[in-house]
Amino acid sequence: MSINTDMPVRVAAVTEVAERVKRFRLESLDGAPLPFFSGGAHVVVSMQDDGRLRRNPYSLMSSPHDPSGYEISVLRVEQSRGGSAFMHEHVKAGDRLVISQPVNLFPIDHRGRKHILLAGGIGITPFIAMMEQLSREGRAFELHYAVRTRTHGAYWKNLQERYGAHRVKIYCDAESLFIPTATLLEFQPLGTHLYVCGPGGMIDGVLNQARQAGWPEQNLHCERFLAPPPGKPFRIVLQRSQKEIAVEEHQSILEAVEAAGIDAPFLCRGGACGQCETAIASLDGVLEHNDHYLSEAEKAAGRKLMICVSRFKGPELVLDL
Amino acid sequence: MAIAFREETFRDDFTFRNSREGIRRFPFPFHEDKYMYAVNIEPHVPGAKDTAYEHLIDVDEHYVAEMQDRALVLQEDPLRCQALPHMMSAQWDTLELLMEQQARGYPEAFTLTRNGDRWRWINRPMGIDHTFTFGDPSTLPFEPMEYITRQAQGDFCIVDQRDGNLWMDAGIVTTQADWSLDFDIGMNFMEWHGPVPLAHEVGVFDRALKFLLNLQQGKPVRRLNWTMTINPRLDTSPENYPKWGPDRATVTPQNVGEKAHLRVELQSLWRLPRSNAILFVIRCYLISMGELVTVPKWARRLPRVLRTLPAEIADYKGLTRYRQTTVDWLSKYDDGAATSAGFFPD
Repeated sequence: MSINTDMPVRVAAVTEVAERVKRFRLESLDGAPLPFFSGGAHVVVSMQDDGRLRRNPYSLMSSPHDPSGYEISVLRVEQSRGGSAFMHEHVKAGDRLVISQPVNLFPIDHRGRKHILLAGGIGITPFIAMMEQLSREGRAFELHYAVRTRTHGAYWKNLQERYGAHRVKIYCDAESLFIPTATLLEFQPLGTHLYVCGPGGMIDGVLNQARQAGWPEQNLHCERFLAPPPGKPFRIVLQRSQKEIAVEEHQSILEAVEAAGIDAPFLCRGGACGQCETAIASLDGVLEHNDHYLSEAEKAAGRKLMICVSRFKGPELVLDL
Repeated sequence: MAIAFREETFRDDFTFRNSREGIRRFPFPFHEDKYMYAVNIEPHVPGAKDTAYEHLIDVDEHYVAEMQDRALVLQEDPLRCQALPHMMSAQWDTLELLMEQQARGYPEAFTLTRNGDRWRWINRPMGIDHTFTFGDPSTLPFEPMEYITRQAQGDFCIVDQRDGNLWMDAGIVTTQADWSLDFDIGMNFMEWHGPVPLAHEVGVFDRALKFLLNLQQGKPVRRLNWTMTINPRLDTSPENYPKWGPDRATVTPQNVGEKAHLRVELQSLWRLPRSNAILFVIRCYLISMGELVTVPKWARRLPRVLRTLPAEIADYKGLTRYRQTTVDWLSKYDDGAATSAGFFPD
């Protein structure tokens, strides 16, 4: 039995905050408070785009202690699969959307004595809520925020005003300023935790440097906002539902399954959490594992697939769904 | 309808009893005539009226007496309630959850009024009317978890989630089936389940951990666990083993109907909103063999379950010494007829 805890919401305001970035404020239909959440949490927004269901995860950036509404920021992706373009072009104040309950796959480690937050571009959003929480709890933190140009970077001015330039540092590509990761990683007090959210290359770079500098794995945290990569269309068979369905070029398997009216579990829709792990009943072809969840050995074994981001090439793939 | 709270004890003279309605609402844990470990997790949604599942946090006729017993345990051993320093926001989450659920399920007994961070909590069965500031521990007589769990039936553990594991970093444990919070505090999920036999081999804990790491806000889950206890004693702790261990040698064919109790834990698990921790509620229910056999279906089923229980499980649950005596006594009530599927009385 699965329970639907999705929440219908009204778009209370849409604000343009930077180039290609819009902020949406979401409130419950009856004005009742929304659930509290913890800094780093996201919701999955469901959109009805001309008869087509789109679902995208967005980090919550409003105060975790303010249940009167949620705020998310949406970057219009250049090669949008549809979700961010829909949010930018079609969603207006007064519209209705459906959101999931908050899910946190990027939580603060409450034992940390100091928290260093590294953001790249739109990766700033979870940190805005985290800083609100850290500051309310009186914890030591600092933000290092890399933006392409000052007009691309969302929120940096507000954050500097709110928390002070000593805690919020901006690095602008256009001015040839980059986060001095090596220096940052040195001389931190014991018990410091590091969080990074941004493009994949930035995350890998920071984490590798930190490991080489001897940081314990438990003190390193990241969130990758991995969108399902496009690929050649293919067909799959769903064994339990007894259906054969097509997966289009800009569609994930999970989305194709949902479009066929079949309920499959998911949380992050970005290959990180493991919730959509699906067993493979039989296979003739090559799996394209795009997730960060399965181990290399599991990927090689070819018995499981994370259907939110992974794809397939070949004549036949039968899933236990 | 207002609950008639019983005056009774869980120690010394053991005056604990279930009323007739109390027996009918007992969460009998066997859905078939045998038992084996399984990941028996289901959504924790409100169930049928007059069952232990009617409200998500169950309050029953034993509430007041259980809270008195908890106070006695804490007085003798304050280490039954512990919380590591990083768990304060999870403590407030717990207080909010228990106040909200109790007030929602039992408005005649509990009232919660919120005015911003200024909260007023009324607990009529215990005669409490307290106004405090949510988020400010100095406005409560105890830390928030201890304050509210001195007013809520069941043991409570708050587990922190990090490093792909769950950590037992806070709890209040006074009605437990032979495990110790003081021993387990700070352990991770695999460590505190270390002693359980058989289940590790079949991968139960790997699957359960994976499931719980993705437990979602707004979607609590529950499972049942069980053991047996001689005399209706809530506090069967390792710390107090000398007090209750010897009871197991006192069971005779003459007294087994009164002395032997089925002990069921209705465990519910909740993702907490502010802290992202998980609250484990371990709610203990006791029923004597004499009370249990008044329900014909259960009278047939329990001896069959006990007879076929693997020896390792019987040993781990501490039943070995009196299992046969109990089976012999119960078998008088088993006419061999088939039993219907599911937990509930016919």
